[in-house]
Amino acid sequence: MLWINTKRILKAGFVSFARNGLVSLSSVLIITVTLFVLGGILFSGALLNSSLEEIKSKVDVNVYFVPVANESDVLALQNRLMALPEVASADYVSSEQALENFRNRHANDAVTLQALDELGTNPLGAIINIKATDPSQYEGIARFLDGENEARPGFIDRINYYQNKVAIDTLSSMIDGGRKIAFAIALAFIIISMVIAFNTIRLTIYIAREEISVMRLVGASNKYIRGPFVVAGIMYGIVSAFITLILLYPATFWISSVTGTFFSGFSIFAYYLHEFPMIFGLLVGAGVFLGGVSSYLAVRRYLRL
Amino acid sequence: MIKFEKVTKVYADDSVALEDVSLHIESKEFVSIVGHSGAGKTTLIKMILAEEKPTRGTVHFESVDIHSLKKSDMPKFRRRIGTVFQDFRLIPNKTVFENIAFAMEAAGRTDEEIASDVPHVLELVDLGRKIWSFPHELSGGEKQRVALARAIVNQPDIIIADEPTGNLDPVNTYEIVQILKKINDLGTTVILTTHNKGVIETVGRRVITMERGRLVRDDKDGKYAI
Repeated sequence: MLWINTKRILKAGFVSFARNGLVSLSSVLIITVTLFVLGGILFSGALLNSSLEEIKSKVDVNVYFVPVANESDVLALQNRLMALPEVASADYVSSEQALENFRNRHANDAVTLQALDELGTNPLGAIINIKATDPSQYEGIARFLDGENEARPGFIDRINYYQNKVAIDTLSSMIDGGRKIAFAIALAFIIISMVIAFNTIRLTIYIAREEISVMRLVGASNKYIRGPFVVAGIMYGIVSAFITLILLYPATFWISSVTGTFFSGFSIFAYYLHEFPMIFGLLVGAGVFLGGVSSYLAVRRYLRL
Repeated sequence: MIKFEKVTKVYADDSVALEDVSLHIESKEFVSIVGHSGAGKTTLIKMILAEEKPTRGTVHFESVDIHSLKKSDMPKFRRRIGTVFQDFRLIPNKTVFENIAFAMEAAGRTDEEIASDVPHVLELVDLGRKIWSFPHELSGGEKQRVALARAIVNQPDIIIADEPTGNLDPVNTYEIVQILKKINDLGTTVILTTHNKGVIETVGRRVITMERGRLVRDDKDGKYAI
């Protein structure tokens, strides 16, 4: 019986989806708009994230050691740094490499190079280049380094965190604020478009309210009445998700080609292709949820006596 | 079979739809209820269908107090009653076949039963050739015959016809009444409401007359007394 009922409900849902052409079309269009908004938010989120990651990766803290510092001591400190959870990377630059870099940087500056040559010895110490997992972590890392410095005075020459502190703090709060604003806007858009979609489906079921009362009069159970409407609602969601996925293909391609390398190498189109399974799942899931739950709630109203 | 005991219905705006109505309908009876608009005919019928609850009094269907039925038992109860209305109430985007099949599906009948019974019941109301039409493709009389076919297909204990001929011409009215009589002759209780004097005279059975929510006459031999 359960199987027969399920089969009948599915069939009735499909048939009503096909026969109520205009009503189905309007519901599908509205859900498509909603899913498009959702997709847009997803892409903007990815874009924002990648831009922030890009900016964050440009921030670092350098520890300059005195030229006479022992290389094994510096490497030991590097190991301790890498063990910290807030450190993403800690790259060691030897004093020879630092000198090499310095010479390369000043290749066109004959006076500086001459002064360096006259000095005879290497005036530059080793450097550790630290990147934190998050800009807000630099303060903690700097404090750790201060502790190291107090334990062994005359080992670390200087830490450039304090010169960069203002810039790092500003960036941290900007990233934080940016995230919050983006989240609030996304939430508002999602809620607005869901309310509109829900209301459209409610209207389609309002049109069918007489039908629902007839079904009750001939003794159909609530489940049996509701089933086909929910099935049709789920179908609106699935069809809308596929339309959205198809539309997103040229849309992301166009946006990527227009913006080019503006977003530091992030391509929305590549993101769409690469994350397709996730985007597919999200849009189909959201469409099914929106169509199914809206229909369920809308029919419930007319099933109460 | 159906027993009203001192039933009073007062709506929220203090209008009295039924006042102290007591009534007993036996199995296999054909009862016509007559009265002006607002006399309480439709409220009486809604009580039997459990669409309205009495303010006072009880309505029994056999031994069951209709209004103490649980919500989950309601669909099963309604399947024992076939209904026909003035405005036909067919499902617009289902074919004639599907409209009747829906009532059978709701009652949990098998596909085989549906495939054999639907054409059969349509022959009974002389609509066999319209089996794949949609309601908007049918005339008023045809729609009402589909509604009747749907009402009887599950072999209910009772048929309730609320002004079934209100929208029909004399020829169709006559046909519908003949079908109702045939259904009654086969052993199903029929309750019919109408304003139509001709209908009452054609039926020639028990007539209950209502006026302003009260039961004013109950004649065994079919007189239209308004």
